[in-house]
Amino acid sequence: MTNTAIKVENVSKSYIKGAISTGTLSRDIEQKIISIFSPKKQLALNQDANLVWSLKDINFELKQGEALGIIGKNGAGKSTLLKILSRVTTPTKGAIKGNGRIASLLEVGTGFHPELSGRENIYLNGAILGMKRHEIKKNFDEIVDFSGVESYLDTPVKRYSSGMYVRLAFAVAAHLESEILIVDEVLAVGDADFQKKCLGKMGSISKGQGRTVLFVSHNMQSIQSLCSKALLLNKGTMHGFGNVQEMINNYMQNQENNISLIDRTDRKGDGKVKVINIHFIDKKTEKITNNLYAGMGLVFDIELASNQFKISSNLEISLGISDQYGNRITLISNKVSGQTLHPLTNGNWSQKIMINHLPLAMGKYTITVFVASGGQIHDWVIDALPFSIESDSYFGELVHTLPTGQGSFYLDFTYL
Amino acid sequence: MKEQPKYDWTIKSENPWFKLDLVNTWEYKDLFFLLIKRDFIAFYKQTILGPLWFFIQPILTMIVFSFVFGKIGNISTNNLPKPLFYLPGIICWNYFAECILKNSTVFRDNANLFSKVYFPRIILPMSIVFSSMVRFFIQLFLFIVILVIYSFKGFQIHLSFAVLLIPYLLILMAALGQGLGLIISSLTTKYRDLALLVNFGVQLLMFSTTVTYPLSAAPNNFKFLIELNPMTIILETFRYAFLGQGTFSITAILYTTITTIIIFLLGIILFNKVEKNFIDTI
Repeated sequence: MTNTAIKVENVSKSYIKGAISTGTLSRDIEQKIISIFSPKKQLALNQDANLVWSLKDINFELKQGEALGIIGKNGAGKSTLLKILSRVTTPTKGAIKGNGRIASLLEVGTGFHPELSGRENIYLNGAILGMKRHEIKKNFDEIVDFSGVESYLDTPVKRYSSGMYVRLAFAVAAHLESEILIVDEVLAVGDADFQKKCLGKMGSISKGQGRTVLFVSHNMQSIQSLCSKALLLNKGTMHGFGNVQEMINNYMQNQENNISLIDRTDRKGDGKVKVINIHFIDKKTEKITNNLYAGMGLVFDIELASNQFKISSNLEISLGISDQYGNRITLISNKVSGQTLHPLTNGNWSQKIMINHLPLAMGKYTITVFVASGGQIHDWVIDALPFSIESDSYFGELVHTLPTGQGSFYLDFTYL
Repeated sequence: MKEQPKYDWTIKSENPWFKLDLVNTWEYKDLFFLLIKRDFIAFYKQTILGPLWFFIQPILTMIVFSFVFGKIGNISTNNLPKPLFYLPGIICWNYFAECILKNSTVFRDNANLFSKVYFPRIILPMSIVFSSMVRFFIQLFLFIVILVIYSFKGFQIHLSFAVLLIPYLLILMAALGQGLGLIISSLTTKYRDLALLVNFGVQLLMFSTTVTYPLSAAPNNFKFLIELNPMTIILETFRYAFLGQGTFSITAILYTTITTIIIFLLGIILFNKVEKNFIDTI
């Protein structure tokens, strides 16, 4: 018989829109006085319209030993849910019930003190994460072994490289003995080797040790390999709960119904050069197309708008291409090819990038755009444009395509 | 309803006015001791003179006080040698002020920790009060050493039974400092400008206690105001215990105890209330 590890019932969380108070006592008193004389303003403050629900009616139940992947776009409520589950903040409505100790890992190295040595920090960090002293002692050698910082144990962590710091921090967290583990995207840190090690450790925690794991990630591949169930969130509501593959497909479909690039607000940068749109042009027909296939001659036509842009150093326009699991496959950048661009300082212009023989295999991809010059970011939109490669003629018509699971791009090879 | 499975714990939105989860807090006792250890190590690792600072600060303050209030101001020290008169006041006030100041910024200083991981929040302010105690004990030791030196020079020590009350006085100071600090910290999460007032206020408050003058030197019509301050009574009892000078009264101690308990509980209640959703407001 498997027991319920965690049960989430009708959990909702609301915030009051705008500042909760003005921040200073005198201003607050001022506001109060104003509201006495003009009751209308006071009324507006109390209306539900000012409440923002960042989570609404979340319900699910996890059995012991299950691993749940929580997926959703930025702002879907993933972090809020994790914060409530890890008791950092309380839900506005609803309840969460569960069995066993919860440990949460929303950040690696929480509470590390730079002046303390690695050894002292292992104990301190372990205790902050909820471990008892004897538990840390028992696992101490393993933690040190996992982190690979043996020779620096008595050095203050402020002298550690960032890699060592992260490795030590994750090592402590990985040896938590709680029955339920909540993990935010902490795996996005460290080098690839260490990330692999962490993923392996997470796998053994949920599968090998029968502990319950709740895991948030943008990387669908790690969700797929780690989790036995998935929860899809969208704008604070549940969009689905259950089969991992199904939820990932759902999520991907959602991604494609994106608003057009010009209307995106989740962009970073000063906006002096902005990407308005990206078209795909078939080199052969010289027409805009959405029918992309491996092996085609493709031109990316990037429409840009400059606004009082001063050309001080070489402008960089980069397109990062990621697969449907969020893995970056390659980067197209004039910084890599060493070419100098000739941007307009004001008004709309376009930049074309040609690819002679598109090597991407069939599948779904997204483009992240990045525009910068002299260390200043002008525009940066993550997952700006999705596209899919529908068919394949990399080696000409009527030739077999790459089998699924055998990678996502072609090398230009010939058998001699 | 009886058939429902039992759960170890429940997280709900309810926000009880007073709930100090003692069992849960006890589970985290290792964290409590590690935090005290951290504060201590971090303090002396960041300084050149290290633990010597514990001695330098009260001695320098004592010298300045002796000069300014004793020599220039000609304020009576009840015929006590100036160092022996000023030192207890400085030591106690140092401890009390540190408890208030450090507790009053507990939310701000630990915002990152509070937003990332759960543990019974009260452990942090508690550990502050206890890690400051280390300093108090070291300085108390300094005072006793100076007392012994003076006794060799011919000063008659009047140890009274009130020495037995010293641990109790320490607890009162800790609870009072913690209570006030927590009240301030709970208010400052909403009103940042209060934080500016605290440093300044604690400094001014010192002059309303008998750190720099004996209670007997206070003008009669202000005396009751000074006696209203619980710290005055703690200080007077402290001096009485070691030096046989000052005032001692059971009713005054009772008054201080009650005031302290009220302030301490108020501090804990406010802290508990703010702690729940503090993360949403920063």
